Amino acid sequence: MADNQASAQQTSAHQISAQQASAQQASAQRRSAPTVIVDDVHVVYRVHGSGTGRGSATSALGRLATRRTLPGTREVHAVKGVSLVARRGEAVGLVGTNGSGKSTLLRTIAGLLPPERGRVYTDGQPSLLGVNAALMNDLSGERNVALGCLAMGMSPEQVRERYSGIVDFSGINERDEFTIHMPMRTYSSGMAARLRFSIAAAKTHDVLLIDEALSTGDSGFQRRSKERIEELREQAGTVFLVSHNNTTIRETCDRTLWLESGVLRMDGPTDEVLAAYEDFAKGRK
Amino acid sequence: MSHPGIRTSPPSGVLLDTGDEDDLPPHLLAARYGLEVSGARPSLPAYTRQVWFRRHFVTAYATARLTSMYANARLGQLWQVMTPLLNAGVYYLIFGVLMGTRHTVTNFIPYLCTGVFVYSFTQASVLAGTRAVQGNLSLIRALHFPRACLPVALTLNQLQQTLFSTGVLAVIVLAFGEPLTVRWLLVPPVLVAQTLFNMGLALAMARVGAKYTDAAQLVPFVTRTWLYFSGVFYNLTTLTKHAPGWAGTLLEANPAHVYITLMRYALMRSVPASNLPPHVWVLAIGWALVIGIGGYVYFWQAEEEYGRG
Repeated sequence: MADNQASAQQTSAHQISAQQASAQQASAQRRSAPTVIVDDVHVVYRVHGSGTGRGSATSALGRLATRRTLPGTREVHAVKGVSLVARRGEAVGLVGTNGSGKSTLLRTIAGLLPPERGRVYTDGQPSLLGVNAALMNDLSGERNVALGCLAMGMSPEQVRERYSGIVDFSGINERDEFTIHMPMRTYSSGMAARLRFSIAAAKTHDVLLIDEALSTGDSGFQRRSKERIEELREQAGTVFLVSHNNTTIRETCDRTLWLESGVLRMDGPTDEVLAAYEDFAKGRK
Repeated sequence: MSHPGIRTSPPSGVLLDTGDEDDLPPHLLAARYGLEVSGARPSLPAYTRQVWFRRHFVTAYATARLTSMYANARLGQLWQVMTPLLNAGVYYLIFGVLMGTRHTVTNFIPYLCTGVFVYSFTQASVLAGTRAVQGNLSLIRALHFPRACLPVALTLNQLQQTLFSTGVLAVIVLAFGEPLTVRWLLVPPVLVAQTLFNMGLALAMARVGAKYTDAAQLVPFVTRTWLYFSGVFYNLTTLTKHAPGWAGTLLEANPAHVYITLMRYALMRSVPASNLPPHVWVLAIGWALVIGIGGYVYFWQAEEEYGRG
């Protein structure tokens, strides 16, 4: 811990905050201000038409007749009582097997998915990296850049300022000047992914939440996008990163959370948590 | 490392004595650093400011929907004009030719087209509003913006289409011998009032549709029933003549009927002012304000819930 404090004072940005360790030796801890506080959060999804048993119309009618409430509705308890504190300058990784609640937790921190119980407190507005949902395939790349930027809350002036930067970064026009004026549905999947990333990464955020699939496109673009994420990370106060690539987590995050079926199983320095998680993943094979 | 977004807490470089924090309950820790509940509903004035701040997104989204609507059709944007024309043709065939309504109303075709186009603006707004939240869940779960932007944008999208059909309507009305009069100046105010009314209804239905997903299946039947009560194909006075007094008043106060009647009055000289129900302008503006503001407030009250789905 003494090492940690020394290095934290030197670099001041990359401070290691091992919650569990620090809880034991409390007094005279020096840390930066918290930016995200998650207090015993539960998230429940309600899934309609999940087809309980025989999913036919007659069975649905039967359930209606027998007055069983809300036919075909199922509750999925995706996050079960997670608590944590993240501080300014931290990069926090999230690991866990598929369906363990990582993305759900991110969305709840961002305030996009209301928790069933518990609260999330944040400094400013945390933002999820990604604009895919706002884009329309039938529109040209050009109009999608504008639409995506406006959807992220930019003003029309900001969109004009950043437009050429976004197009250049995506490299869409490398081969043909006219590509950006074509409908996005005519793009190859790689090209579309590059444009989507370029739009999403055009804005800087206080608290940035990144969900997987960072590296899209060919190797040249992968390198560029990695650099861009590093920039965003440095500009952001706090970063949360969900990834199945443990190398990415090791390179980016000093602290890691391990979620398993909605429960926070471990929270600590990346090396320790990843070691435990990798052991666990091996055991499942 | 400091950047403009930081408001409440010290910049990241500053380390604080936080030794006593580990025992602090989360809500007190949050209060100490001025952290706010994520995804909480803002006050109504703050919410309205947010919507206003996003007005460029709203218009861009509405226009994008309009452009992408016929993007795959070979005739493309020509369908903006063809769709209302074909609609008018179908109704003429059924009500004008088959059922012979055309003999009871003077200049039936402009009369019918005005009714159809004005009503379909309200109908389409209600339908689009009902699906506004449910159909855009992925957008709602990905980005921050006041959710009222979606129903508002979809209503504006319908308004854009209505402007196309109003253009078509003007041509039809003139082609059937109605003269261009000063009364045409009443068209914009009627459209504004109707848009406000539709927006409020779309907002209210968006909240209902978000909570009860079956509403999207049910609403088409409701709007179709409403259509037959609104005097779209026939003169409503043939109904109100024989109806008891309260029912007649109720039929005449029907907002869809109010906007249709006003639009007919504005466009057609053959519709005299004596055809207008009493207090028609009070009704038109009253409906717009009551439903417009009421729907907005009703939608805002569930703002933090819309991501749940």
